[in-house]
Amino acid sequence: MLLLTCPCCGVTAEETEFANGGEAHLKRFGPGSDDADYEAYMFARKNPRGVHFERWRHIYGCGKWFLMARCTMTLEVFGTYRAQTSEPPAEIVAKIKARRPEWEGF
Amino acid sequence: MSEVVSALAGARASGMVELADAGATGMITLRGDHALLGAAVQAVLGLAMPEVRRVVAGEGAQVLWMSPDELLVITGYDVAPGLAADLQSALGDAFATVAVVSDARALIRLSGAQARDVLAKLCPVDFADFPVGALRRTRAAQVAAAVWRTSDSDWSLICFRSVAGYVWEALVTVAQPGGEVALYR
Ligand SMILES: [Zn+2]
Repeated sequence: MLLLTCPCCGVTAEETEFANGGEAHLKRFGPGSDDADYEAYMFARKNPRGVHFERWRHIYGCGKWFLMARCTMTLEVFGTYRAQTSEPPAEIVAKIKARRPEWEGF
Repeated sequence: MSEVVSALAGARASGMVELADAGATGMITLRGDHALLGAAVQAVLGLAMPEVRRVVAGEGAQVLWMSPDELLVITGYDVAPGLAADLQSALGDAFATVAVVSDARALIRLSGAQARDVLAKLCPVDFADFPVGALRRTRAAQVAAAVWRTSDSDWSLICFRSVAGYVWEALVTVAQPGGEVALYR
């Protein structure tokens, strides 16, 4: 069971109050892009064992989307942050590095 | 003129707590920047902007903090359209919306010393730290709901009209005598 804190309304709740929205920080390739890029955008996912970045929605609460860094192996949540970012903020990266020195980085 | 009927038609039940359908209730959804909405609420209702996940209660209305860009005004069913019009004119051309949603939801009142025990059976919320005036949007069994505390032993719960019967049955069931859990004292 994951315990998440929504950065939009401040509620800390267990995961059944939220909905997972898949991998975060995907770069969109739309019309005009080449097939390989488009295919990778549509289908290629990291699926790591360890540090992972995901989109989540506080679906039963404030309804907002946000992003989260967590460990897929231990379910440790490193932090949640606003959805309007193209890469993890420095403080989240620092937190992950402190907990997982062997992590290769974002 | 059609007759107004709340989803639960005035249902009442008693067990570990008293449960009551609040009947036809006025509800107005405000969406937009909270600074804009706060000014309109102050001008029209004379109420302060609620803090995050709080409720501000006045004579004729309660203002609920619903999300970072949403407020819900709870008021009388008959006065809601007029208040909504006043709020709309207070907002003018600002980028905000006002909508009367009185028929969209059901409002259920719970009262009694064991209200938190009953709510905790359905909602994944720690009710130990839940002061009067606080609000929490969460899940009640399988559906979305919002609960707020109006006094030491009085709580309000809203859910969508289409699932009102489900939430009511769930509350009545978990509040049956014999189901005491004595989690909160
Ligand atoms: Zn939230």
